Amino acid sequence: MITDFLGSGAIETLFPNGISRYAIGGLLVGLGTAVIYLGTAITAGASTFLESTLSYVSDRSRFQQYRASRDWRVVFTVSIIAGAGVYALIYQGEPWALAGSAWITEVAPWRLFVGGIFVGIGTRIGKGCTSGHGICGVGSVSRTSLVGVATFLVVAIITANIVAAVGVTP
Amino acid sequence: MSRHPLFMPLIVVGGLIFGFGLGFSHMARPEVVIDFLTFEDFGLLFVMFGGSIVAGLAFWSLSSTGGSAPLTGRPYGRRLKSFDRNVLLGGSVFGVGWGLSGICPGAAYASLGVGNWPILYALAGMFVGAYLQGVWRSESSTTGSAVPSDD
Repeated sequence: MITDFLGSGAIETLFPNGISRYAIGGLLVGLGTAVIYLGTAITAGASTFLESTLSYVSDRSRFQQYRASRDWRVVFTVSIIAGAGVYALIYQGEPWALAGSAWITEVAPWRLFVGGIFVGIGTRIGKGCTSGHGICGVGSVSRTSLVGVATFLVVAIITANIVAAVGVTP
Repeated sequence: MSRHPLFMPLIVVGGLIFGFGLGFSHMARPEVVIDFLTFEDFGLLFVMFGGSIVAGLAFWSLSSTGGSAPLTGRPYGRRLKSFDRNVLLGGSVFGVGWGLSGICPGAAYASLGVGNWPILYALAGMFVGAYLQGVWRSESSTTGSAVPSDD
């Protein structure tokens, strides 16, 4: 159907790595969110952890407002790390062999660090990140989140293409 | 503050599935995000749509029952936040960071799990950024009127 419309080879061009890994991964991300929601009615996003964890070391009101949720947010984040670790143990390298199961980025440290600063500022001012706005907000058909997602997606596309155009690799 | 004994175990189970999914989707790899943003591979659309559809079905079906959650007593509701300029301003700043680094908070946690230790640079940056905006905004609003969120 869509291949007829776009011509043969279009799927391979748009999705050179297929779609199953993305679709299955996305469904699991949604399932993890749904499991927590089912038991708690909490629409858990990832970026509040940054501020709630800072409440352990800073008395600023911006961080202290998250005091009540800071402990479970640490548990949530550690569990995300562990869940990804299970994936790595099974699928990266020999299954269940620790040696050789790590995957390491080639993106330059300065890009990660400087980008991280912008991500830390922007997600907190903008009321959400790719999981808060992108999964929970879009799932809630929240107009605020739809606008938020459109904003960061467009700006990220522009930024990534500028970075690629000026020849910063990787 | 007492919590239901199953509250933390449920957070662990949800977090494990969430993290495994981010690993499986390859979104924990900055290169994959950058390939998506530069139109090399559109697969990440399925991560966001797949995730939001599953989450959306849960939100919609449970909130339409009018019930409340067994472990917290909180009423089931949707994630709705007020719209103001901050959504555009913050979203734009986040977009610059996401486009430059290829990493967002949840994927960064998962990235650490797949053994990608250089992501600690990104996590350090995120804490610095979150701290900076927190200091600015704590000084500009002395009243504690901000509403906690669940992001």
